Amino acid sequence: MDLLRFITAGSVDDGKSTLIGRLLYDSKSILTDQLEAIERASKNRSNGSTTIDLALLTDGLRSEREQGITIDVAYRYFQTPKRKFIIVDAPGHIQYTRNMVTGASNCQLAIVLVDARHGVAEQTRRHSLIASLLGIPHIVVAVNKMDLMDYSEGVFSDICIHYTELASKLNVKQVTFIPMSALNGDNIVDRSQFMPWYNGPTLLEHLETIDVSDTINTKESRFPQGRLPVQFVIRPQTAELHDYRGYAGKVASGSFRPGDAVTVLPSGETSIIDAIEFAGDHLAEAVASQSVILHLTDDVDISRGDLLVRSDNQPITTQTVDAMLCWMDTKELRVGNKYVLQVGTARTRCSVRGIAYQLNVNTYAHNEDAKVLRLNDMGKVVLRTAQPISFDPYPENRATGGAILIDETSNVTVGALMLIGNAG
Amino acid sequence: MALDYLDQLESEAIHIMREVAGQFERPALLFSGGKDSITLVHLALKAFRPGKFPFPLVHVDTGHNFQEALDYRDALAERIGEQLVVRYVEDTIERQGLKEPTGRNATRNGLQTFTLLETIEEFAFDACIGGARRDEEKARAKERVFSVRDEFGSWDPKRQRPELWNLYNGRIHKGENVRVFPISNWTELDVWNYIRREKIELPPIYFAHERELLVRDGKLMATAGGVIKPESGDEIVTRTVRFRTVGDISCTAASESQAFTLDAVIAEIQATRISERGETRMDDQLSEAAMEDRKKGGYF
Repeated sequence: MDLLRFITAGSVDDGKSTLIGRLLYDSKSILTDQLEAIERASKNRSNGSTTIDLALLTDGLRSEREQGITIDVAYRYFQTPKRKFIIVDAPGHIQYTRNMVTGASNCQLAIVLVDARHGVAEQTRRHSLIASLLGIPHIVVAVNKMDLMDYSEGVFSDICIHYTELASKLNVKQVTFIPMSALNGDNIVDRSQFMPWYNGPTLLEHLETIDVSDTINTKESRFPQGRLPVQFVIRPQTAELHDYRGYAGKVASGSFRPGDAVTVLPSGETSIIDAIEFAGDHLAEAVASQSVILHLTDDVDISRGDLLVRSDNQPITTQTVDAMLCWMDTKELRVGNKYVLQVGTARTRCSVRGIAYQLNVNTYAHNEDAKVLRLNDMGKVVLRTAQPISFDPYPENRATGGAILIDETSNVTVGALMLIGNAG
Repeated sequence: MALDYLDQLESEAIHIMREVAGQFERPALLFSGGKDSITLVHLALKAFRPGKFPFPLVHVDTGHNFQEALDYRDALAERIGEQLVVRYVEDTIERQGLKEPTGRNATRNGLQTFTLLETIEEFAFDACIGGARRDEEKARAKERVFSVRDEFGSWDPKRQRPELWNLYNGRIHKGENVRVFPISNWTELDVWNYIRREKIELPPIYFAHERELLVRDGKLMATAGGVIKPESGDEIVTRTVRFRTVGDISCTAASESQAFTLDAVIAEIQATRISERGETRMDDQLSEAAMEDRKKGGYF
């Protein structure tokens, strides 16, 4: 059984929390005491409603419950006999763009909510852009509140047409459209009685069957980029294991086999894989997302922060980088500012060489005159790093092309980077 | 072909533990003898063997633990040959002149925080690995994998760092501390299925056994160790029960069960309609935001 991580982007008003609540409720993933807690909390609300407010399931923090909105990224878990799911619930408003970017980084699928009454809106454009920039391969356009539009096929088709046009401007690989009513439970888990014209899958059917295997870099033919960021060097230095030196890390992409020629970056030294170890066993192959210990035939100088790659397919190594950036700090980003950049297990100081443009996340326009980037802004920047960094372009390889910027003084993570290439 | 979900979760947890080893000077693994921390030790073995753990096991002992959990703890530490540090809440109470809670549902659970903070200071731990999961409770649903705490162990939800991809930022100032949760994305059922798959041994109290219990507020509490003082009107019974989670005796309720084996326990959990903490943890039920408030006070 495998695992699917998906993000739900939308705001309170278009029923996102109700959709998640319905997904959990109809798949019987909400347990009795949790349901009782929601019923109690629903009664405490002053809005006079008598039905269960499923949105209360996901609003976990006191201040959110008091204000009735979602502020942070929340993680919900459920499974069916077909698959385990991690729901990344992110706020939809523009002032929380950074939260959606954060949540989207590990997702294989995004549910973009559209209110059937309003059609493709500014936030639809924004959520789709973020999903595209963060490299989420699968999109589900959930056309919600169909009950308020008489379950009209015409309304649904129009939205599909508008969205398809929008998606053509983005780097989106695959889109599925589903008409639904989260409030009434139509087409979430149970098929709707009111939309006989719709023959596609219900949301859960789609989530259970979508193929996610090629999104985690396991197929050698599509992603032959063997990459392992070294996390930790295991050296027991006991009498029996005096010469044992194992390089521990998680295969980011591609695969490795004993006998493979590898290059250590950034030093450029080379060696051959002698053995691949996992939990005391030797493996014939290590594939993406496996955490293993590599042994090399030579005594090369390797430490945490180095990137081990297959010599036959090497990443970009440079000190001048082009990147898309999502700025996450209240202090502005300006040319000349210095930060710590972390890519994989490597950290190096860097400075901002230039801001190519600020990207309007609603209109997709480029503002090339931008002098700063502010909280929640997205844009393209050029960075100069103190040490060379190695990466693959993010659109090709999400596992090695993502990086973060850290404020040297506060230690807070202030930016998310999708590395593009050598700017030099 | 995609990796099986348990393999993915396992690999993620190992990766996180190795990040702790790589980023911190003096980490610790908080061990309680409960199934989640037992799973962490199993994962640490996969992460670091044949080397030694780059951290000791640390137990904050309330003095009200199930003897079976304590025996298991000691046997485990010896079997794997790793360092075990035990610090007692009783000692903290004495040292700091704290008031021990009294009354009907008195528990030292909240006082564990003081002992934990003292222990962190004593050893200058900069990171503490723990077995908390996001599915356990609402306030944990938004917890980071690397949760930065200030010198008072305090958690401010508004100041949590964004976590993207599998990049963890554990940079801290002197005096700060990070709590790390490698099994954040595991559900209760995932932990049990992993335990079964890996054939991990657990303390016997997780399986059905007969014992003397006190019925209080509809819950079955262990009379063991004289920790809970019976009051008039409390009924004492003998039932066949198992413990779904292992906090300490004062705040962990038992569930009636006929599940004597691991398969039976898992089948019961899959069929159950009540969540792990909802059924068993008295400390969460004091208020809706009980966990959130305790975390702000430095609780694990």
